[in-house]
Amino acid sequence: MYAQSWSSDRALDQLAQHHLDLPAMDHQQEEKVQLLGMWASPYVYKVKWALSIKGVEYEYVEEDLRNKSSQLLEHNPVHKKVPVLVYNGKPVAESDVIIEFIEDAWKGHGGRILPEDPHERAMARFWVRFVPDKLSPRIWKWFTTAGGEEQDAAREASVEQLQVLEEKLTLGGNEFFGGDSVGLVDLSLGALAYVIPMYEEIIGERLVTEDMFPSLYAWMGRFLAAPPVKDHLPPMEELKLRFRAMREYFVKNSA
Amino acid sequence: MAGGGSNEVKLLGFWPSPYVLRARLALSLKGISYEYIEEDLESKSELLLTSNPVQKAVPVLIHDGKPVCESSIILQYIDEILAGVGPSLLPEDPHDRAMARFWASYINEKLVKALNQTWGGKTEEEKAEGMKQAADAVETLEGALKDCSKGKPFFGGESIGYVDIMLGGLLAWADVREVVKGVKTFDPAKTPLLAMWSDNFGTLDAVKAVMPNIGKLVDYAMVMQPHGAAAAAAAAAAAVAATN
Repeated sequence: MYAQSWSSDRALDQLAQHHLDLPAMDHQQEEKVQLLGMWASPYVYKVKWALSIKGVEYEYVEEDLRNKSSQLLEHNPVHKKVPVLVYNGKPVAESDVIIEFIEDAWKGHGGRILPEDPHERAMARFWVRFVPDKLSPRIWKWFTTAGGEEQDAAREASVEQLQVLEEKLTLGGNEFFGGDSVGLVDLSLGALAYVIPMYEEIIGERLVTEDMFPSLYAWMGRFLAAPPVKDHLPPMEELKLRFRAMREYFVKNSA
Repeated sequence: MAGGGSNEVKLLGFWPSPYVLRARLALSLKGISYEYIEEDLESKSELLLTSNPVQKAVPVLIHDGKPVCESSIILQYIDEILAGVGPSLLPEDPHDRAMARFWASYINEKLVKALNQTWGGKTEEEKAEGMKQAADAVETLEGALKDCSKGKPFFGGESIGYVDIMLGGLLAWADVREVVKGVKTFDPAKTPLLAMWSDNFGTLDAVKAVMPNIGKLVDYAMVMQPHGAAAAAAAAAAAVAATN
């Protein structure tokens, strides 16, 4: 892989040296890992899946976001949000930041989350941004728009972005965006694997069909069944109730 | 090497963009040579469109023919693979790295968005709200600088780091804001550490080498402003939000 990417031995040495310099955390001494979370938050699940890939043992603390604990406020004073990972008393907030931390802190343990090749790593980080920048807002708009032309337009906009993913996945030719196993991009998209079918059921309209999105449709099932994910999914019936209530709220308050 | 193929670095940019400036700062501070290609955002080059088909935005770093997009990602890529001179942009300790990433994300999500709103807000109320949120964000970053620098001049400590560059890219437009709107983004009276930081940052030769001409940038901002909110928003969007 490096022979293909690099023609300079010096660059290769520098890269190797940089990676050797990064200190491996000493996990042999007792470590305490806590995850502050909330049962419905997709960002919390993203972190749970990452911890699962690395085989990290941790204590999960359910937060009541309407009555935030002093622990949460102390550990994430800037945003006051979950997830927060607390490693030996030191907090890390923001799910994307937490995942990079998990990769760094447990280097050499469990599976890889980010690709090894620096350019592939840059591409993975780029696709992570696709979710909040391009994809999620459009899907949310479709879910929260009552109906008619506006909802059709929102649906079309979502389809357009989903097609970008479909193309990427098909061209990649792998089981997952990360290759043979769940990686960073899969984690970032992952919640959609259970959220989209829920939205479809609630609205009574399909968004990702096997016909239109053969690769993505297959990926969704594969993701939910993947080892780091399958035992760490939200309670579906409760989540559905929650989403139903949201949809009713938005439909009632539109126009 | 002959042929110009191996380890060749190009940067596609747009001179008013603070995100492009971030990439240029990193390359300059690391002493990495590259070919700079100015893009006309109204008539985007084939190279830009094929290198960044998803966003069609700058900056794009092209290394050995392979594109890297998004300023924060470019900075990490430079740190990981181009290395160059001087210490790493990101710290070694995993928790310190996480803090750097956290503050870089904060700068983009809170400060940049708020500043964009002060320029491109559709109403005076929106612009005023942007101003308030920007001031709040800067105050929070003052605390962040205190924590990260541990008494040294920069977020990265003795030397410039990832967060310094992520924030430093915004300094040219901060100067423009002072000239055009009379507002100091890093006010010594309110955020003394950041005011000192911006001075320290600005005096570095590697920084001076790539800072856009402030007079020229003021002209650019002024040309856009009188044409109304829509044009200002479009200009702000093109120049300031070409990509994160």
